[in-house]
Amino acid sequence: MTKDVLVFGEIRNGKLKKVIKELISAGRRLTSGEGAIDAVLIGEGAKDAASDIDGYGLRKITVVEDEALKDYSTEGYADCLSDLIRSADPAYVLMGATAMGRDLGSRVVAKIDGVMFSDCVDVNAEDGRCVARRPVYSGKLFIEITPQGEIPSIITIRPNNVPPAESVDGSTEIVTHASGIDRGSIRAIVSEILPLAGGRPDVSEADVIVSGGRALKDASNFKILEELTDLLGGAVGASRAAVDAGYADHALQVGQTGKIVNPKLYIACGISGAIQHLAGMRTSKVIVAINKDSNAPIFEKAHYGIVGDLFEVVPILTEEIKKLM
Amino acid sequence: MKIIVLLKRVPDTEAKILINQNGDGIREEGIKFVINPYDEYAIEEGLLLRDKVGGDSKVTVVCMGAEEATENIRTALAMGADDAVHICDPALKKPGPLTSATVMAKAIKDEGYDIIFCGKQAIDDDMAQVQGIMAEILDIPQVNVAVKFELSDDAQNVILQRRIEGGDEKIEARLPAIISCEKGLNEPRYASLPGIMKAKKKEIRTKSLADLGFDDVPGGGKSRILKWLPLPKGGECRMVEAEEISDAVGELVRLLREEAKVL
Repeated sequence: MTKDVLVFGEIRNGKLKKVIKELISAGRRLTSGEGAIDAVLIGEGAKDAASDIDGYGLRKITVVEDEALKDYSTEGYADCLSDLIRSADPAYVLMGATAMGRDLGSRVVAKIDGVMFSDCVDVNAEDGRCVARRPVYSGKLFIEITPQGEIPSIITIRPNNVPPAESVDGSTEIVTHASGIDRGSIRAIVSEILPLAGGRPDVSEADVIVSGGRALKDASNFKILEELTDLLGGAVGASRAAVDAGYADHALQVGQTGKIVNPKLYIACGISGAIQHLAGMRTSKVIVAINKDSNAPIFEKAHYGIVGDLFEVVPILTEEIKKLM
Repeated sequence: MKIIVLLKRVPDTEAKILINQNGDGIREEGIKFVINPYDEYAIEEGLLLRDKVGGDSKVTVVCMGAEEATENIRTALAMGADDAVHICDPALKKPGPLTSATVMAKAIKDEGYDIIFCGKQAIDDDMAQVQGIMAEILDIPQVNVAVKFELSDDAQNVILQRRIEGGDEKIEARLPAIISCEKGLNEPRYASLPGIMKAKKKEIRTKSLADLGFDDVPGGGKSRILKWLPLPKGGECRMVEAEEISDAVGELVRLLREEAKVL
């Protein structure tokens, strides 16, 4: 079996998601200099987006811009990608652990008779085999797992975990592929994309998250957090307690039954730090906790803490940060 | 309409999870096991759909798991599911997603189905793969992470919203299909006392691998767990204190800028 790697580039709104460079970086580790890395980009805008990863030492970039595959569909993309995997015969297929990657990967793995490791936070080659590290029990523990036998492995990697690849000399051949897939054969079709209100980035993709808990007391009080969030260009998050109390939409929930996040800065406001919340945010690079209760478990995971009332602390924090800008 | 709901027994979200003494799994003593939280949305959506379509529609729970899972199946029946298939076989210890999907797909085929609901992932291994693999085995469309569900007027299609980064995809899918459910799709009901009484009389059909026509465990041996790792210890929290709260906040901002370099 080769040590070749195929990276899947996710296109949304004509743009290539930046996790692709993290996938290339992971791919370089897995080939260990003995294999090549190819990329596949499917969707409207794929051809233009390919230039983003030209100059990263790839062997080939295959772009698919068929009318039937303009927008994402599980079946259309899975058929196209598994055909390309069969012909390239890579040992590893890397995708971002995003809504698309997670959905697509599970369908493709069944088609190519491989194995899949979901939501990995790290991959390495050890003694010539791939070792993937992934959270289990929603981040309460980790496992290291390796494929068995000569089968292709699909590995989805969470964004912001592997450092992105640096560019190298040389350019890459870009090949256009026609999938021949008939739109009529796709049985689940996306008719439109409805953006979330607020226009802020998703918690799973934000560099900064300002999160609120039950101590916010009311949905309208989240505007205190929104002001700070928008100043930092981040996303608003919420604890399960705040979501269950109806203060925030579930799309904002951070934790075991919400989103697992990994921002550079996580500011927890009035969140006590229930185990299921900690499971979702403990890998944040810098955690700031603001809580009235100095014994709140959130302080055990935080890097910086202030004991105080969020209604007093957060507005001052917003003003202080404004001064820096 | 024949509605199938997949169910898995998992540790409660509030449970503290520790590695066992052999270092090859978790310590199960003292842990409360519950219905996978996302499966509760699947059960509720199945019940809502059954009651909407009416007639001889029924909700059948399909669960693969140890004997103890009977308790969780009973809870689903008490919520209102009509009957259940419990796939229980000592050979099915720690099955991977391909094994689970293959075995359950066979049981579902035997039962007959128009739609399958499941949770978007199980909160133990968090793989989120069974639904996609099962959809491929059964050759039906899949919609993952549904937050809105509606049956078309002619009952041939379903119209859904699936949560993606920063929004929802609106999807129309042909039946039969498999739908994985996200929190927010509905409010799962609690089992009522009469429901609990009725559940005791509902049928749970227990099936072994042999009953489903398998001589051996299908789809096994594709991966090996090398290591179980605890979480890295968190660092000390630096408590920022001052006489006046505004001074403490000022100091925090300085630390975030100069020490942590995140502002």
